[in-house]
Amino acid sequence: MNNLLKSREALLALAILVLLAVIATRFPAFIEPRNLANVFNDTSPLIILAIGQMVVILTKCIDLSVAATLALCGMVAAMLNGAGVPLPLILLAAVVLGAVLGSVNGLLVWKVDIPPIVVTLGTMTIYRGIIFLISDGKWINAHQMTAGFKDLPRAELFGIHVMSWIALAVIAAAVVLLTRTPLGRSFYAVGGNPHAAVYTGINVGRTQFVAFVISGALAGLTGYLWVARYAVAYVDIAGGFELDVVAACVIGGIAIAGGAGTIAGAVLGALFLGVIKNALPVVGISPFWQLAISGSAIILAVAFNARQGRSRGRIILKSAEHRA
Amino acid sequence: MTHDKAPVLCLSGISKSFPGVRALSDVQLELHAGEVTALIGENGAGKSTIVKVLTGIYQPDAGTITVDGAEMRFDTADAAARAGVTAIHQETVLFDELSVAENIFLGHAPRGRFGLIDRKGMEAEARALLHRIGADLDPRLALKELGIASKHLVAIARALSIDARVVIMDEPTAALSHKEIHELYELVERLKAEGKAILFISHKFDEIFRIADRYTVFRDGQFIGAGRMKDVTETQLVQMMVGRSVDQIFPKRAHNIGAPVLTVSGYSHPTEFEDVGFTLHRGEILGFYGLVGAGRSEVMQALFGITRPSKGACRIGEDVAVIRSTADAIGRGIVYVPEDRGRQGAVKGLPIFQNVTLPSLGRISRGGFLRMAEEFKLARDYTQRLDLRAASLDQDVGLLSGGNQQKVVIAKWLATKPRVIILDEPTKGIDIGSKAAVHEFMAELAAEGLAVIMVSSEIPEILGMSDRVIVMREGRIAAELTGSEMTPERLVRAAAGIEKAA
Repeated sequence: MNNLLKSREALLALAILVLLAVIATRFPAFIEPRNLANVFNDTSPLIILAIGQMVVILTKCIDLSVAATLALCGMVAAMLNGAGVPLPLILLAAVVLGAVLGSVNGLLVWKVDIPPIVVTLGTMTIYRGIIFLISDGKWINAHQMTAGFKDLPRAELFGIHVMSWIALAVIAAAVVLLTRTPLGRSFYAVGGNPHAAVYTGINVGRTQFVAFVISGALAGLTGYLWVARYAVAYVDIAGGFELDVVAACVIGGIAIAGGAGTIAGAVLGALFLGVIKNALPVVGISPFWQLAISGSAIILAVAFNARQGRSRGRIILKSAEHRA
Repeated sequence: MTHDKAPVLCLSGISKSFPGVRALSDVQLELHAGEVTALIGENGAGKSTIVKVLTGIYQPDAGTITVDGAEMRFDTADAAARAGVTAIHQETVLFDELSVAENIFLGHAPRGRFGLIDRKGMEAEARALLHRIGADLDPRLALKELGIASKHLVAIARALSIDARVVIMDEPTAALSHKEIHELYELVERLKAEGKAILFISHKFDEIFRIADRYTVFRDGQFIGAGRMKDVTETQLVQMMVGRSVDQIFPKRAHNIGAPVLTVSGYSHPTEFEDVGFTLHRGEILGFYGLVGAGRSEVMQALFGITRPSKGACRIGEDVAVIRSTADAIGRGIVYVPEDRGRQGAVKGLPIFQNVTLPSLGRISRGGFLRMAEEFKLARDYTQRLDLRAASLDQDVGLLSGGNQQKVVIAKWLATKPRVIILDEPTKGIDIGSKAAVHEFMAELAAEGLAVIMVSSEIPEILGMSDRVIVMREGRIAAELTGSEMTPERLVRAAAGIEKAA
């Protein structure tokens, strides 16, 4: 019990519950199951991207190009739709293109040895530029998309939107990947102690490359979902969203220095931001406060992690041994 | 010993302990104005610790420091600097991005109007200082543009700028070329002429006899002797360094040496080692001795696939083996327990069992998925075998004591079922009790037919554990000793490159 209370994930879940309770006092309808399902659905893109980002952060890297990758893959998906390509092929193309864009990041980090933050800052701008080139800066609007293309994320299965189902499937796959496969273990090892990882036969660069490919592929998938759901594609969709994604990871207790964090943390971090985003307008708080509250949550989360991570020092006094 | 002049700086009765290690025990050291005192001792004799005490980085547990007859305390590095003690380190501690003048005057730059740094004045003073030590460097150059020898000159100029009276030179010639070494000797002469007291730490005997006036010998953190260089011979110094009663007890071993397991021939690397060759047999413990920087660890890292040799071949059993990566080496049955276990050994943040199974993940997974039960069993088997004391295998490795972390790292490698295990300084920094356990364990491994390579800088350990010893010096094999040839004197002579004398 004591251990459970100490875990970051439990505390974060508690914080979300408290937040919901506070909102409920002013706007009870917010916590109706139907509405909560909508909040989850709204947050699905953030959850999927946060999982990809988390894998990258675990390996001591960061991917700032996720939102640009999302926008580029979304634009390509919309254009393929316009060209009459069937939906399953569009989905496949979005995921593969995302993986390719991610592999560009990964190769630059692995083979050219450029710091990840610089690589992805660069590719972020390049990918947005490519969208402009292929679309001539024009928008693709709802009436230019087929109904099937737009309807998939919104279709319901057992009372829940397909987009939510996709997020749940990604969560499940990521849990299995991270906890049950040698690859998942090597993400943690590479971030926890890259030097030691080399000595255990793990290729650090290649592991980081794979993390970028995963992040890219998930961004590609989200690209289709985003464009189809909002029924519009243009250069600046999801502009600045990469910061929300990193924030979700940080709030979820994913160590920025790498090597520590759980899927549950990343998902809860995303949900925390999602609840704030959805609730504040309903409660009637201005968008300025939204930003301030998100920002405070990030700083609080980091301060909390730093406190937890502080080493307790050496126990020298014999009498103190039992108290510790 | 006659005292012609009172020493400038005098340490007496200095002791310093770290958890599990007594680094210095009641040592003394005197430094005289205008004279070079050589500090001599094996690796681990306490030389670096005494330098840190002198520069205020460590505070001694007991003992006194007197400067000009007045007792002083060096509580901080700044206090030591104000007393006029300065050190020029093996890797010079300077700032690459700053200019030469800024490096010299960092922290005590001449001030002009409004308390701002007087750049012109600083550069002029820097030029004067550099001229005084015969160095023609432009004070405006960025330090990163200079070679190592010039950086030493800058460090020395810095020492002069704070009016140092005691200059500590910790292996200053380790990275210098022949010509640069001679320039350094001249500089030392000049510092002597200016009345500085110099503490010169070096492993090279020719160097010590060339420039030192006095010597002090430490061994195992204890003061062994001091005197004037002209009253002592090389042989006497070597004996003072190593002559000890072997008070540690090493496990008795049946020398049961089998077929060759690993044959290395002509291994070379462009900058680190050349023409290294040896054969390792089943059940054998092969010791690698040498000074720090002799290239021992570098050879081992090449064998383990971390670096690649430019020439040479390696055979495992009968097969020619090409090792391109650590994964190749592990697959071939070679494992390496690195020296720097904090950095290269355990992955803190991961639980014990995951650390143990990290290199064996392929073996315990099926169809790309880990079999958790297998994983736990593997971890339990090997940690039990090593008598690991931990509350549970779920515990974070970072919370274990140093000795127990060491056990986790060794368990990790044994779990891969290796044929060759390379242990780099296996007992460095652990207490006597744990040392005995590690030695016991190495003997067991050899008895089970593993081939063991032990890299060690501790002579008793090398002599007590090895069946055979290879001594390396400056990247080459200097000697291979067996049986009655394995004496402390032979080891030190081969490692330091002293010709057969007297």
